[in-house]
Amino acid sequence: MSRLALVLLAVVAALFIASLTVGPADTGVLADLGALLFGGDGPLPMVMREIRLPRALLGVMIGASLGLAGAAMQGYLRNPLAEPGLIGVSGSAALGAVLAIHTGLAAASALALPLAALAGAGTGVLLVLLLAGPRGASITLILAGIAISSLAAALTSLVLNLSPNPYAASEIVFWMMGSLADRSMTHVWLALPLMVLGWLALATLGRGLDALTLGEDAAAAMGIRLRALRLTLVFGTACVVGAATAVAGAIGFVGLVVPHLLRPLTGAQPSRLLWASALGGAAMVLAADLATRLILPERDLKLGVLTALVGAPLFLHLIYKTRADMA
Amino acid sequence: MTDLHVETLQVENLSVRLRGRPILTDVSLSVGPHDCIGLIGPNGAGKTTLLRAILGLVPHDGHSSLAALTPDARGRACAWMPQARDIAWPVSVETLVALGRTPHLRGFGSLTDLDRRHVDAALTTMGLTGLRHRAATRLSGGEQAMALIARALAQDTALLMADEPIAGLDPANQISTMQVFADLAKGGRAVIVSMHDLGLAARHCTRLILLGENGIAADGPPAAVLTPDNLARIFHVSAHYAQTDQGPVFQPMDVTR
Repeated sequence: MSRLALVLLAVVAALFIASLTVGPADTGVLADLGALLFGGDGPLPMVMREIRLPRALLGVMIGASLGLAGAAMQGYLRNPLAEPGLIGVSGSAALGAVLAIHTGLAAASALALPLAALAGAGTGVLLVLLLAGPRGASITLILAGIAISSLAAALTSLVLNLSPNPYAASEIVFWMMGSLADRSMTHVWLALPLMVLGWLALATLGRGLDALTLGEDAAAAMGIRLRALRLTLVFGTACVVGAATAVAGAIGFVGLVVPHLLRPLTGAQPSRLLWASALGGAAMVLAADLATRLILPERDLKLGVLTALVGAPLFLHLIYKTRADMA
Repeated sequence: MTDLHVETLQVENLSVRLRGRPILTDVSLSVGPHDCIGLIGPNGAGKTTLLRAILGLVPHDGHSSLAALTPDARGRACAWMPQARDIAWPVSVETLVALGRTPHLRGFGSLTDLDRRHVDAALTTMGLTGLRHRAATRLSGGEQAMALIARALAQDTALLMADEPIAGLDPANQISTMQVFADLAKGGRAVIVSMHDLGLAARHCTRLILLGENGIAADGPPAAVLTPDNLARIFHVSAHYAQTDQGPVFQPMDVTR
């Protein structure tokens, strides 16, 4: 295993423990971990197992999903500006969730919102695949993704527009900002199977993405089945991003910035970037979620807001560096 | 080098229509070991289309023995260097060349010692050992072309097809690259190179295929293909063509149209 993998694993592990042990109830790291592992009396084991553990687990799962899907999407489209939301999954998942909030289904059952979001993601991705057509070219996939993303965004705005009262509207807006607060193990169990399926699908893409470095024609002539590759990519991305959006709302910039940051450290090889971005994404989401708890603990800072706040300047820095390289 | 049994390429009655326009009609050819074929023809004659159809990358009628293979088997039978010199990421030259081993890798396995030997041999053949750790995207256009040719060599196939591989190279690199192709053919492989430099084609190829008028206008040894009649009819040029002590010399002279 390479040094980069060890460093990233260590960072993720440290942030995971920090995520488990930082909270309003300041009880000490050892007491926290003891309560998590061995239980005991009092409220602490409850807090650890029902509140902090799902939050930390979701941070790792969602971060890894977004990082992995981002690296795969950039590798497939051979464009460092690609991100997993490009194929319309997050937009249509958000639309499903917003409809669940608007219709009151979300208030009736805790699972209604994530299930509606998953239904939205599934519908969106089917439409994208139908629009993109059977042949393997990447440009049609981008165009179809943009079309479906815009449509989903327009319909989401329409729902907001027609929202009967300001409370419903603000609930929708806050949900769309993305957060890991107040999630339970139910959310973990809902997202995990889909995410594992998606991770497995995306993990098989390494060799094909490497070959695509030479262009679609050369890759096809080296035995890469481009249609199967695209289908696997869309399926995997839909699984992981759909599940992530369903349980945590829209969290932007992770899938865009993390692969970009780690590319130079992996020799720019798309297959190596896949696992590195998964670890890097987990680290970024865990760190951002920790920051929401540490910076303004009493104001419920939203995770998606923070990743965007951190991501945008990082991206500006990267643009600046790219410009310097090109000069 | 392994796998020296040459899968002779057989193409029968291959026809391609693009957007309703006939590009190639009933093209038949066969390629055997020791063939170093220059695919020549004016712009738009269908050189790229023919090579891509042979690989099964464009819809076509008729038969091509390569297009009939499974994608994996095709990747082990023929290396293809497209005209577009795509290098999407700043990978090292070594990594780029190692991509040629893609069809030979099994499962999730990484490069074996055999794979590495092929990569090293390809780098040496193309004179790139000094650049092996440089980012491929930072090389000059000509150096990138050399690296992409090395990638195709590393694929270690019985047939190598390259679409204008020497365009944009300096004279020394053009000659040495053609020499590499000629040596591959001498060693029992087959090479098909599309090119516009008829002088280099005449000197280094054992056989020329002249495309024009929607099909093969001439197919044979250079002297039989580069006749004044063929040149005037297909290329609309006249030329000076002589056999000298240092081999054939070919120089296009005037436009005859």
